[in-house]
Order: sequence, then C-alpha cells, then structure tokens
Amino acid sequence: MNKKPSFKRSLVIGFTVVIAILVLAYGFQVTQVNFEETRSETRLTQLSRIIRALAHPDILEYELDEVFVEAPVYLPCPEIDPSLPETDTRGPYITLEPYCADAGEPIVVSGSNFLPNSRGPINFIPPSGASLQLGGFEVDSDGNFKEEVELPNRQPVADAQTIRVIGRTNVGAPHLSPVAKATWNKIIETVFLALLATVFGTMIAIPLSFLSARNLMSDVKSPVTSVALTLTGWPIGVALGLQAVRLVAQISEPLAANMFLTVAGLVISPVLAYFIARWAIPPEELTKPPTATRIIRIIALILAALLFILATLLLAHLMYVAGNALDKALGPFGFIGYFIAQAGEILRIITPGFAALAGAAVVGGALGNLGMVLTDRIPYSSLRYMNIIFSAVAGAIIFAVIGAGINWLYQINDPIKILWIPMVVGALVGGVLSLRYGPKDLVPIGSVIYMIMRTILNAVRSIEPLIYVIVFVVWVGIGPFAGALALALHTIAALAKLYSEQVESISSGPLEAVTATGANRLQTIIYAVVPQIIPPYISFTMYRWDINVRMSTIIGFAGGGGIGFLLQQNIRLLDYRAAAVQMLAIAIVVATMDYTSALIRERFV
Amino acid sequence: MLEVKNLTKIYEGGVLALDDVSFNIEAGEFLAVIGLSGSGKSTLLRCINRLVEPTSGQVLWSGTDITSANQSELRLIRRKIGMVFQHFNLVTRSPVITNVLAGRLGYVNPAMSLFNRFPQHDIDAALSQLERVGITDQAYKRADELSGGQQQRVGIARAMVQEPEIILADEPVASLDPVLAHTIMQYLEKINQEEGVTVLCSLHFLDLVHRYADRAIALNEGKLMFDGSPKDIDDEKFKEIYGKEAERVG
Repeated sequence: MNKKPSFKRSLVIGFTVVIAILVLAYGFQVTQVNFEETRSETRLTQLSRIIRALAHPDILEYELDEVFVEAPVYLPCPEIDPSLPETDTRGPYITLEPYCADAGEPIVVSGSNFLPNSRGPINFIPPSGASLQLGGFEVDSDGNFKEEVELPNRQPVADAQTIRVIGRTNVGAPHLSPVAKATWNKIIETVFLALLATVFGTMIAIPLSFLSARNLMSDVKSPVTSVALTLTGWPIGVALGLQAVRLVAQISEPLAANMFLTVAGLVISPVLAYFIARWAIPPEELTKPPTATRIIRIIALILAALLFILATLLLAHLMYVAGNALDKALGPFGFIGYFIAQAGEILRIITPGFAALAGAAVVGGALGNLGMVLTDRIPYSSLRYMNIIFSAVAGAIIFAVIGAGINWLYQINDPIKILWIPMVVGALVGGVLSLRYGPKDLVPIGSVIYMIMRTILNAVRSIEPLIYVIVFVVWVGIGPFAGALALALHTIAALAKLYSEQVESISSGPLEAVTATGANRLQTIIYAVVPQIIPPYISFTMYRWDINVRMSTIIGFAGGGGIGFLLQQNIRLLDYRAAAVQMLAIAIVVATMDYTSALIRERFV
Repeated sequence: MLEVKNLTKIYEGGVLALDDVSFNIEAGEFLAVIGLSGSGKSTLLRCINRLVEPTSGQVLWSGTDITSANQSELRLIRRKIGMVFQHFNLVTRSPVITNVLAGRLGYVNPAMSLFNRFPQHDIDAALSQLERVGITDQAYKRADELSGGQQQRVGIARAMVQEPEIILADEPVASLDPVLAHTIMQYLEKINQEEGVTVLCSLHFLDLVHRYADRAIALNEGKLMFDGSPKDIDDEKFKEIYGKEAERVG
C-alpha cells in the first residue's frame, strides 16, 4: 500500500473531517443542546432540591409527637400599639422580636420549654388559614431555639396574623414507611416477573436456536418433491393435530365431570400409551421390518398419541380443580394451589399447539420421506413433471394459508380474492421455483429456514419490550403478567439469536464423528452439539435474567407491573423522596443480580 | 469389498482435492494412504462415508453405491464404517462411556437415545471395547480429563462398538508422540488381524507404513501416484509422491 502522503489523500481526510463536524453540528440542533439552561439560577435550585430529596429516601419513619405553639405577628406594624396577650410560659412558648415588621423584613423567633432535640417548621398563617413555611428550627438540649426568618411579601393586613411553630419529636423505634412497604412488594413482583419471562423465553428460545444456526441448517437439503410434499404436509398435519385434540377433548369431557373417572383415566391412559409406545418402538433394529408390521406400528403409535393427549387433558383438568381447591385450603401457602391451577391452565392452552406441531412434524416428515422414495423410484424422465406438479400443489396450499391470514387481518371475505387467486399464483410460483432445480438436485431447504428464522428473530428483537407490553396489556390486562409476556417475547428473540451464535461456534470435530457413526440429525444435536453449548447457554440465560430484571423495572411505565409503576407515579407526583426509595431498591436488586449471576456463571462454566 | 471409481472432489471455490482417483480394497486388508498435507487424504476418507459429498465418481460397498444412497440408506451404511480422527473428535464435556455409546447411535432406537437411554447389552459392549484398549477405569470420567493417547483409545472404542466392517483412520497418530503412536497403531493392527476388520488408514510416517500396512496408495495434489506394496516405494517413487525437494526421514 502506498503510504506516501499525497495531496489527494490529505484533501480526502480534510473533507471527511469537515463532513464529520457538520454532521455533529446538525446533531446539536436536532437534539436541542442548550448549555445556557444548565446555568440558570432557578433550574439549579430545583435540581439541588430534587437531588437532596433523592438523597433522603423515605424508608424509615417514626411515630411523631407534635406540639403547636403560636404567636401573633403584625405585617405591617399597626399605628396604635396592639395589646399583646400575655405569653404563657408554663409550657412551650415563643416570642417574636420584633412582633411586627414590613413585608420581606427579618424577625427573630425564639422558643423555650420545648422538648430537647425536637425540630419542625416555622409557618406563617395569614387570615385565609393557608400555611406558608418561612423556615425551620432545631431545639438545643436545654429546650430553647432562636431562628431568624423573613416575613413574606403579602398584602398588608391590619389585624394580627399568626406565626406558628410545630415542634416534632420522634417517639419509639423507627419503622418502615408505607412507601418502603409498597416498594418491597413491588420489587419482589419485579424479580419474579423477570424470572418468569426468562424461564418462558429460554424454553422456547432453545429449540429455535437450533433452527437458526447456520452450521446445523446448511447441510439440510432435500429433493424438490420431498420439500414440496413436506410443505404440503405441514398444514394438513396442523389440521389433523388440532382435530385430534378436539376429538379427544369430547371423549375426556364426560370423564372430567366425574372425579373418580378422571383419576382412573389419568392413571390408565399414560400407562397404556407407554406400553404401546414401547411395543411399537423396539430398542434396536438390525433389519428393516416387513411393511405390515410397520403399518400396525404406525397405527399403534397414533393410538398412543391420542391416549397421551387424553392423559394431558385430564391432567390439566385435574390440576385446575385440585389447584383451586388447594388455593382455598392452604391459607398462606395458597400460592402453591394457584400455581398448580395455572399450570393446568397452561397445559390446556398449549396441548392443541403441541398437537398441531407434532401433527405437522409427523405428516410433513412422512410425506417428505415419501418424496425421497418417489424421487428414487420414478424414472428420471418423468421426475421433472412430478417435481412441477408437487411444487405447484405446495405453492397453492401455502398461498391459500397466507390468503386466509390476510383475510383475517383485512376482512375481505371474498373467496375469489382470498382463496382462488392466491392458489393460482401460488401454484405458478411453486411450479416456476421447481424449474430452477434439476430433477435430482437437492434444495437447500435448511438455509431457507435459517434465513426465515433469522429475519423473524431480528424483527421481533428490534422492537422494545416496552412496546410489546402495550399489546399484551390489551390482551391480558394491566399488571405484571402482561409485562412478563412482553419480556418473554423479547427474550425468545434475543436469546435464540445469542444461542444460535454459540451453536455456530462449536467445534465441528465431534459433530463429524457422531455423524459418521450413522446417527440421525436429532441424535447428532443431542450427542455432539448439546454438551458443547451447555456452559454458554447457562451463561447467556443468567445474563438475560439480569437484563430482564433491569427491563422489568421500567416495564411498569407502560402498565406491565413491577416497580416501574410506583416509580413513574411518584415522579409524576413530584414525590422525589418516595421515588428515591424505588431507585435505591432497583440499584440494590440489579447489583445483587449482577453479583450472583457472576457467581453462578463461575460455578458452571 | 470397497471399490473407489473415478472419484473427484472439487470444493466450493474451485479447489481440486481429488482428481479421478480409483482403487480397490480387499476385505481384511490394512491399506495405508500416504501423501503430503493437503494432498487429499482426508477428503478421500471422508468421501467414502460421505462426510464430504463427492463431486463425481462412485464408491461401491460390496456392490451398493454409497454415493447415490439416500439419507436413511446412508445411515445404515455409515453404521458399518467406523472412523478414527487425528484430533480424536470426542465430545470433551461428556463422559467417556457416552462417547463410546455414541457409536451405537446408528443402531438404537432414535427416540430412546434422545434421553441417553441405551440397551444394557450396548453398555456392556461399550465397556468391553474400553477394556480392549485398557481404559475401563476411566469409563465415567469426562473425556477431557484423559491424556491424548487415552482419548484416541476412546476414539477407537467408539469406532469398534459400531461393529464395523471397515475402519477409516484419518491420521490417527499424527497428534501423538512416537511411543503412543505405536501403541495406537498396534490396536488397529490387532483389530485388523483378530477381528478381520478392514482398515484404511492415512499416515505421515513411512516407517509406520512399512511396519503396519499390507498395501499403500499415495496421493499428490489429489492424484493417485502409487498403488502397491510399501516395499516398492524406492527413492524415485518417494520423490514422485513427496516432491523433488523432499528427503526421507525415519
């Protein structure tokens, strides 16, 4: 490279610097940088007031013993000397020197017989009765004090007005203020909100991370017909899965109505499912079994799956009923019952989802295998036509599903526009795409899935949880649950990306070795990938919990529960001492999290 | 039993790793592959069990064409081909026994193996393979606690638990010291002679080739330069295989 300084080079550098300064200068205007404001007298006073309030978090408070002492004051001085009442010197009393003055002039307030070390405000009470604080006082150990205060700028009044001092003494031991108690409740809520979000997020992010790891997906390739048939199989499988759950739910309803039948069904069906599965899946197979056996096995496995769904639905029902009963019976430990009931509810919600996924996987996988067999068996010359036909069917089905989605969003309800046109377009797209590959070429379907996954994850990740929470608040109402769901969604996207990058950086040797033994893809992942990624996964999960705790402190700003709600409320009410308590709590929790997560990471990694 | 016909591999980016290589392996043979680093030895071994997809040519395995096998057929073929690697390629964070049991993955039911469940006779087989290489006492240690020589023995046990008909050994002793190298080579020799397992082994050192191999083939820049008895590698052949500048060591 030519390192000699040349005129052209210097010109380019100079030009770049000028451009950089111009950009920065424009930035000053856009962000309304105004350093004059920082020196303004009133702003500085306000700032110091807030910072001082923040330095006095409202954590502890005492029972207060208060004594009110008053003395008349004239503003301005009357023309005739008023007859001042005699000062009662038996209890605490104050004297004013002088007893009258013009607005803005100082007077000296002296007090005696106060409780030693008590303190309080010196207030001016005009005829309206509204109290105006002029200053404060602190009593010395003898019970006396002397403070100079300025009379306020008020309209002159002929009659006497009042100076009132309030002597306050702390009584008994300090105790937590209501603000501190509320903060404690909310910070607990915050930590658990973050915990739940992390757990939900991690559980979903782990499988997604394998789908979005380039090194695992780039080898996944299939013949055209196999891909097309798999794509066709997915929607069919989803529909079958959902239908199966609906069917089983109808069977389970009469069982669920009777507690004895519920328990009996819950015991019998999984045992039956287990033994059927054990029979249908032999531990080891050296030769391919005959077709009849395989068909019987498939039927048995479908039966086992249905029994398994039945068991799941019954379990969900039982958990819901038992949990609610326990919630009432357990008293302070009712939360365990509540948890069981809600876990039953989760089970009930996710069962159709899992059944749909499993159906899609089974039907898609079976049709994919059929596609491979067809590609092997069909003569080469007609292979191309088969590829075109199956791809067209797959394209039509996918576009029909997309059309249904669009219809749900925009409510077009016109079968020509949302069904027939998409199907024709999809068939054309599918057919044309299949022509891009030779009859026996392999489609890099894994790379396509990888790209789609990455795009979705990046899109989901780029939106802040604070925005998701707005959607979830509409769905599940204001509160920590909405916050947990919003954080979980963001956690899924962020962790899946981080995890998948860990998968991409594993050493490929063991992967190669396990593949060479004849292991299938899933086995390879379990035996060669998983052991390598456990330490970074733990590390990232801890880190994410850390982030979630910090995020959950502000998720309340948008109605997502947690401490953010209190913090925002107190800042709006200008109650900075209360806000200080919440900030302190956040700081303590975040610091503790930081420390413990470092500790756990050290232990595992 | 294994016929390699006109095998060619061109990597993405145009690197020609194998150039029209053809040779046969007889059942029970100990065949050495020699050549410089980068001459295509590893690619050749990996094309046989299709860890690397060949660009053209055929590999025939007792008559079946490995190169045109589909995924499920390939799995059945791979489980009969054991492989031993230069860098052992163990899952270092897993116990030794799990690493050996990984050799049974092609046989066991996939669903059960996902939960690390293996039939008892597989576990017994894994332990007896560890016994053969003399490290039964290390079975439940983590693989990365073992020394290099012990790790390669685990690698051999993993290959042997597959009940293979052939073992592909990719420079199995290149990362070991000379003493350990002989130990490992003796295990391979024993497997070859006592169990009748065919061994296809790539090697750096000619003295190892002379001592252990029945036959040798040599690659230079992807081309097959030599196919015959190790004894026939004279100085002229040597220069052809390793280049004019090369000098014999060992």
